Amino acid sequence: MSKRSIIPIGPYHALQEEPEFFKLHVEGEKVVGLDIELGYNHRGIEKLSESKHYDQTVFLVERICGICSTSHPIACVQAIEDAGDIEVPERALYIRSIIGELERIHSHMLWLGLAGHFLGFNTVWMWAWRHREEVLNVFELITGNRNHYAMMKAGGVRRDIKAEDIPTIKKMVADLKAPLTLFKKTVADDPVIQARTKGVGVLSAQQVIDYAALGPTARASGVKIDVRRDHPHAAYGLVDWDVITAQNGDVFDKAVVRILEMFESIRIIEQCLDKLKTVTGSVDSNPKEVKPGEGVGLYEAPRGEVFHYIRSDGTNRPARHKVRAPSFMNVITDREAVIGHTVADATIILAAVDPCYCCTERMAAVDVYSGRRVFTAADMIKCSQQKTAELRKKLGAHGPKLNIA
Amino acid sequence: MNREQVAAQVKQILGEKIIAFHQKSDRRIFLEVQSGDILEVTRILFHDLKARFHIASGVDTPEGIEILYHWAFDACNCVLTVRTKLDRNKPEIESCAPLYKAMEWIEREMWELLGIQFKNHPDLRHLLLKDDWPAGKYPLRRDYLPEAANGQKINLPADEAKNE
Repeated sequence: MSKRSIIPIGPYHALQEEPEFFKLHVEGEKVVGLDIELGYNHRGIEKLSESKHYDQTVFLVERICGICSTSHPIACVQAIEDAGDIEVPERALYIRSIIGELERIHSHMLWLGLAGHFLGFNTVWMWAWRHREEVLNVFELITGNRNHYAMMKAGGVRRDIKAEDIPTIKKMVADLKAPLTLFKKTVADDPVIQARTKGVGVLSAQQVIDYAALGPTARASGVKIDVRRDHPHAAYGLVDWDVITAQNGDVFDKAVVRILEMFESIRIIEQCLDKLKTVTGSVDSNPKEVKPGEGVGLYEAPRGEVFHYIRSDGTNRPARHKVRAPSFMNVITDREAVIGHTVADATIILAAVDPCYCCTERMAAVDVYSGRRVFTAADMIKCSQQKTAELRKKLGAHGPKLNIA
Repeated sequence: MNREQVAAQVKQILGEKIIAFHQKSDRRIFLEVQSGDILEVTRILFHDLKARFHIASGVDTPEGIEILYHWAFDACNCVLTVRTKLDRNKPEIESCAPLYKAMEWIEREMWELLGIQFKNHPDLRHLLLKDDWPAGKYPLRRDYLPEAANGQKINLPADEAKNE
């Protein structure tokens, strides 16, 4: 019997934003099992929400995640509106979609950059994050904030988009197409990226259904679910766009789905901005109370569907507020996707579902028999980057071409 | 399958098992079943009606502990919520995780936060709380009082709001 070691990755995860703890069971180089431990970031938000009134609740859930910081507020206000039968003016719906799609672009770019870094393509990382800044500039223009936009409220949005700003926003969004096309070509053409990601970390369509996986993780496996299309909310039912899917379910397809989705996001934003020219009026129906009842809010965050359930008892606070983020359903699929791969590939597979990034790098591999440390965080990324370097040498390739005019 | 068909089919297949049916709006259906039927209801919704599991919410109410299983019918923009009530003194229900892997983590979460026993769960241990969390203390129960390390009661923002 070969010797089995456990490589603990975490609790402060070197790769992903939340502190989560992966225990990779390995025999030699091969991963044979995965144990996932959560809870290092448990803040009791559901309990806390019961002590806040409805306006505060929205600010609270905005702080659940620093990257998709508008996904939870949109789902939350929709749950409140569903529970209390609150009307939302049409103009506010378009603004909600614009904010949501801008967020999808910057979130996917962040993931793309990190994926490039883990594979040893630091150029992709630098460029993706550089262009992500431009998306944040748009946010700053519209909301005054680069992150945590504080735009959502039950019954509408907090700020209108000014007519005189629309041409500027359109220009800024249109300027994103060139770098996105560049990334699309880089991923599609580079032989080393393909060698590192194709057939790696495959999740089958059946596994997606069994685990109820969501978002790009599901769509890369050919499961065509997107809450924006299936359960139309905000302005998604009012504009023309496509749900992007791929068939193979590997890391490559997950990257392709995310990149193509950014183009769809730009399409949505442009149409919504055009609509703002004709759809006028208030952006807030100013509800005074939430009547007793139960409501459900769904929103397609960059990582998949966000689910909020609100029970109102007629007071100004939710009697129960349930929050389900997409990573809750997606992270568990890692234990299927990672089996049989090497430790060098595990780095990118565990990052491929884009589990929700902000933590200190600390990772160690311990030999379970001797207790000796054999890997550190830096070693793990080095291990992955080394594999790319070797592949690159073998293929005679020189990394992605980034010809910026 | 459109929304009317979903409602009709659910009513027809589940039949006697439904003890309360409430169509809140054309996109939201709430129904209640006995806790003993949950495994069969889950099987029907997942295998026969091909619904997708959103999540389950556990709620501590004065009448007992409720579990709400939220199901999506993606083809017709409909969310179905299956409600079941458990006895507060002995909340116990069959685990659906052996049938549907998507339920594994949420059942662990409800077990530790609300103290619901899931029978035949493959791996019932702490998910979010620390491993040495004291047994019998369930943070999402209404009567839960948080304690500091020295055993003193901590005032929650909710309590402070009540005192104001």
